[in-house]
Amino acid sequence: MEIVVLSGKGGTGKTTVATNLAQVLNMNYIDCDVEEPNGHIFLKPTIEKQIDVEILNPVIDKDKCTLCGKCAEACQFNALATVPTGVMLFKELCHGCGACMIACLQGAITEVGRSIGIVSVGNTDGISFMSGKLNIKEPMGGPIISKLKEISKFDDHKLLDSSPGTSCSVVKTLDGADYALLVTEPTKFGLHDLKLAVALVKEMGISHGIIVNRNIEGNSMIQDYCESENIDLIGEIPFSRKAAELYSQGLLLIDNPEYKMIFETIGTKLIKEASRRSSDAISGN
Amino acid sequence: MQLVVISGKGGTGKTTIASSFAYLSDSDLIKIDCDVDASNLHLMFDGEDIEKSDFYGAKAAEILSDKCINCNKCIETCRFGAIRFINGRTLIEPLKCEGCGACVLVCEEKAITLDHEITGTTLITKTQNGLISRAEMIPGAEGSGKLVTKVRQNANIIGSNKESDYIIDGSPGVGCAVMASITGCDYCVIVTEPTQSGFEDFKRIYELTTYFGVKGFAIINKYDINPLISDQIKKFCSDVNMPVIGKIPFDKLVGESINAGCPIVSYEQSIAGQSIIKIWNEFKNRTGE
Repeated sequence: MEIVVLSGKGGTGKTTVATNLAQVLNMNYIDCDVEEPNGHIFLKPTIEKQIDVEILNPVIDKDKCTLCGKCAEACQFNALATVPTGVMLFKELCHGCGACMIACLQGAITEVGRSIGIVSVGNTDGISFMSGKLNIKEPMGGPIISKLKEISKFDDHKLLDSSPGTSCSVVKTLDGADYALLVTEPTKFGLHDLKLAVALVKEMGISHGIIVNRNIEGNSMIQDYCESENIDLIGEIPFSRKAAELYSQGLLLIDNPEYKMIFETIGTKLIKEASRRSSDAISGN
Repeated sequence: MQLVVISGKGGTGKTTIASSFAYLSDSDLIKIDCDVDASNLHLMFDGEDIEKSDFYGAKAAEILSDKCINCNKCIETCRFGAIRFINGRTLIEPLKCEGCGACVLVCEEKAITLDHEITGTTLITKTQNGLISRAEMIPGAEGSGKLVTKVRQNANIIGSNKESDYIIDGSPGVGCAVMASITGCDYCVIVTEPTQSGFEDFKRIYELTTYFGVKGFAIINKYDINPLISDQIKKFCSDVNMPVIGKIPFDKLVGESINAGCPIVSYEQSIAGQSIIKIWNEFKNRTGE
């Protein structure tokens, strides 16, 4: 079972939900929010190893290069420019696709790895922990997410904590998931961005359910949306200043008995719905 | 004057602050929502979309099945795992395709095309408090940074008859969309919160702003949730010489104001609103704008 926790809007409680659920469900945790990873603050893992993540950048052999411009023409990301003195590489724009190397008829291009971030692997309280971190000034976290997915591919019991939004990083995180758990809050912003996240998981054909965080009695905008769209409501986490204070200190909410019960109830329902939906998907229902 | 409001961590109050600044400022000042995949600024103002156009922000490859001989060359070449052989046909998964065109270069049958694709819609929204340039990205689209750049270019076009001033509502994170929002700005306001996550993310976004040479100011939102971490953030700011131009107390009215679609500064009794008014004046005093 591979479950991705995502949200659309930032700051709705993805990491709170993912870290607490990983503990109550004994599932391995993978932090795919590589621009701002925070899971380690709450899970306090022991890190066993760190792996450099590289993307391949072209290296041009000046002796072979005829300045024909084919490589720059082939590059769809404007990462290469031909100038009278040679070919310039704007390394942060390079996606590492290799198109320039294919286009070069002189065989003047080879590739070299360039580090854009790291992946940390460790464990905490009986579960394994992984997280990726993008170096500052690097624009693209995608290769780090791909690395996290590659090294965890044989692990079939995991929760992935996604970045906010609905951009390509979220797509990479969701790729291959069995179930998407959408965390939102009962505000106009939360609902607006939730709808975008729902559109994305539907487009990708991933079964999904919703958690309302900071739930307020008398405000049912998210519950009403779930009902009208026929989306499973997996749980509600009540609004409380106490939760905000625990979070601020980097503590898991399940250290508090009242929240432990809430997360256990959510966890049970999540596994039940996710198993039912994914077996429905397999049998084509 | 170009001011960008950013945060690193999501949900710290960027749009609450940007919408308040937009409300307090002259209506000539153009507002830009650069959070293109979760744009919320326009929800705080009654407005009407006066311009709308498709934006072609990426390319995507497509296989012409009548020419494809299923030779697998493209599958071997694609580094993004976007091409698969399913049910006797070679197919491209659009959400995984980064539009690099490597497959086109290796296909001897000329069975693959690479075309521009629509990644979102750009809009100009007219409100009582001035114009908002914004976008709605198609969920899952490539190239959010390019869409951000386009939204900023559109603001330049509508503001071309004068020395234009802008307030930009940024997106969370430190990646391409954020970099495209910060570049070329005169000032940035970093909105943080006194949580361990907020503080850690604050340090990362601070580091990014130093590369762009943008003059930065910090705001600590919900400072009373954890006064100890608020003090640690202030100490960090003082060490790196970044002025903290205000602290905002936790205020339940903020959530209500969002749901009412009115900037919090329009609530006279709001303690958060009062703090933001002070912060806006402080910002103007310090920058002379």
